[in-house]
Amino acid sequence: MEPVRQPLVEIAGVSKHYGEGETRVDALSNIDLKVRRGEVVALLGPSGSGKTTLLNIIGCIIAPTAGRVTLDGELVYDNRWLRGDLRRLRLDKIGFIFQFHNLLPFLNARDNVALVLTLAGRPASEAQARATELLDYLEVGHRAGAMPALLSGGEAQRVAIARALANSPRIILADEPTAALDSKRAGIVMDLLRKLAAEQDACIVAVTHDEKIYDRFDRLFQLRDGVLENEAGKGS
Amino acid sequence: MNLAYRDVRHNLFRFVLTCLGLSLLMAVVLAMIGIYNGLVADALNIVKAPQVDLWVVESGTQGPFAEASKIPGGTRDAVARLHGVTEAGSIVYQTVEASHAGNTLRLHVIGYESGHPGGPRMIAEGRGITQTHFELVAARKTGLAVGDRIRLGRDNFSVVGLVEDVMNSAGDPAVFITLADAQTLQSQLAPPAERVQAARGAGLLESADSVAAVIARLESTADAHDVAQTVRQWKHLGALTQDEQEAILLDSVVDRAKRQIGLFLAILLTVSAVVIALIIYTMTMEKLKQIATLKLIGAPDRTIVGLIVQQSLALGMVGWSFGLVLILLVKDYFPRRVVLEPVNAAALAGIIIVVCIAASGLGVRAALKVDPATAIGG
Repeated sequence: MEPVRQPLVEIAGVSKHYGEGETRVDALSNIDLKVRRGEVVALLGPSGSGKTTLLNIIGCIIAPTAGRVTLDGELVYDNRWLRGDLRRLRLDKIGFIFQFHNLLPFLNARDNVALVLTLAGRPASEAQARATELLDYLEVGHRAGAMPALLSGGEAQRVAIARALANSPRIILADEPTAALDSKRAGIVMDLLRKLAAEQDACIVAVTHDEKIYDRFDRLFQLRDGVLENEAGKGS
Repeated sequence: MNLAYRDVRHNLFRFVLTCLGLSLLMAVVLAMIGIYNGLVADALNIVKAPQVDLWVVESGTQGPFAEASKIPGGTRDAVARLHGVTEAGSIVYQTVEASHAGNTLRLHVIGYESGHPGGPRMIAEGRGITQTHFELVAARKTGLAVGDRIRLGRDNFSVVGLVEDVMNSAGDPAVFITLADAQTLQSQLAPPAERVQAARGAGLLESADSVAAVIARLESTADAHDVAQTVRQWKHLGALTQDEQEAILLDSVVDRAKRQIGLFLAILLTVSAVVIALIIYTMTMEKLKQIATLKLIGAPDRTIVGLIVQQSLALGMVGWSFGLVLILLVKDYFPRRVVLEPVNAAALAGIIIVVCIAASGLGVRAALKVDPATAIGG
């Protein structure tokens, strides 16, 4: 019998609204979502449906108006959590992958990856070694000394993935991770993310509009006007 | 990993250009400080040059620098006989214009008695005056050289020696001549005017044996104030101690110029602060997306504040260094003396550090307000 996999992300009754009265906008309404270890899930939906808001709540960037958010067994956003604690949680447990890689232009590929480890308090030599190891693993080791402006789109995104994985996070949040890539590279990146999630026992929550990669996700969640409508079928 | 250094290195050309612009501003600030010091130093230089303790001047005046002063030439002997006085000398000051090598020179002429206080302190080139008439020791700033001849009034003078950095509070370089020559220069008229006076039977307008002041050195045990008080008992004479004379020069003669430069300096420092603040703010605004990314990946506020403040300080310090080098290279080409002391440069460095930290506040405020969520999405 397969052991029950504990959810790394558990969201229960989460709502988020902005403004009050006539100007009130409900960005999310009563969202329930569980993402388990090793799972790769996608948040789908039209622009303004609340995908990014949900990603920001999971990423400890904005607090929900109501509901419970549990990340890797820790209940966050209750009154005990200070801004610095949420920052530390992001640093230790969450990796971010962006649509346009968001590498710091003044650091080379290796240093972009090593920065996260340095911020976490790891010694510089250890951070550099781990960064090199990750870049080699992602087959961009030969570009370790290159500045981001000199990397191709695929190379830059793989460096960004290496940065997201540097601290061995349990939760990886990806915002349109393949939007800047052609379909072949998009497939390669998604396969890589699946492999990493399995190897690191982490989960991946991605926002995407890229139908070509829907089959790379374990589950697809459809959001519409802030409501998680259903678990969409693959290929839908 | 120093993010400020990496960012500067990445945009080195732009950073250096910005620093160069700032350094010009710093050079102007340092020049103003130097001119301010020079003004004070020049004013005091002419008073300190004779190295005396007492100035005997015309009663009721603050002469001979702040006001005209004229006393009988024989006063020197009377002063020299006072208790506590070791040496005394008569001295005459006047400003003249003379032509030399096709140029018009404005000269501060000092007439002194050979063997008495008031002559050039140290001859840098050539020799001192040894003849009774028509020899001259000039400040190097006059542009005169040893062996040159220059006409003052109706007489030609030979330059026999040069001294460094002696000028009056207006910046006119000094020349030393004998007291007799200076009195002649002061009293003689141009030939047509003299003919008119002779026709009127008036002779010279006034006695030629008058001097601007008598200066005196005192015994080390003598109290300058007591001696000055003794001199004041002669109703036609006034007396000032060396400290009083210096205070008069600073308070009355150069005070307005000093305040004007001081005010201008304050405006320049304010402008520098605004420029630094704007540069830092602009640099920060251009990095907002990167700052949001840093926040998102878990960088603490101190890392972001450090990035901005360190760059601000680097900008200020490099600008200050370039400015200092620039002003040291060009200060001798200024028409007025520019005197920069290490303490001035250090004080400006301190002010710039404070200004940079304060100026980066605007950028820090903008950076800390950045929502990490802005890193997500296009």
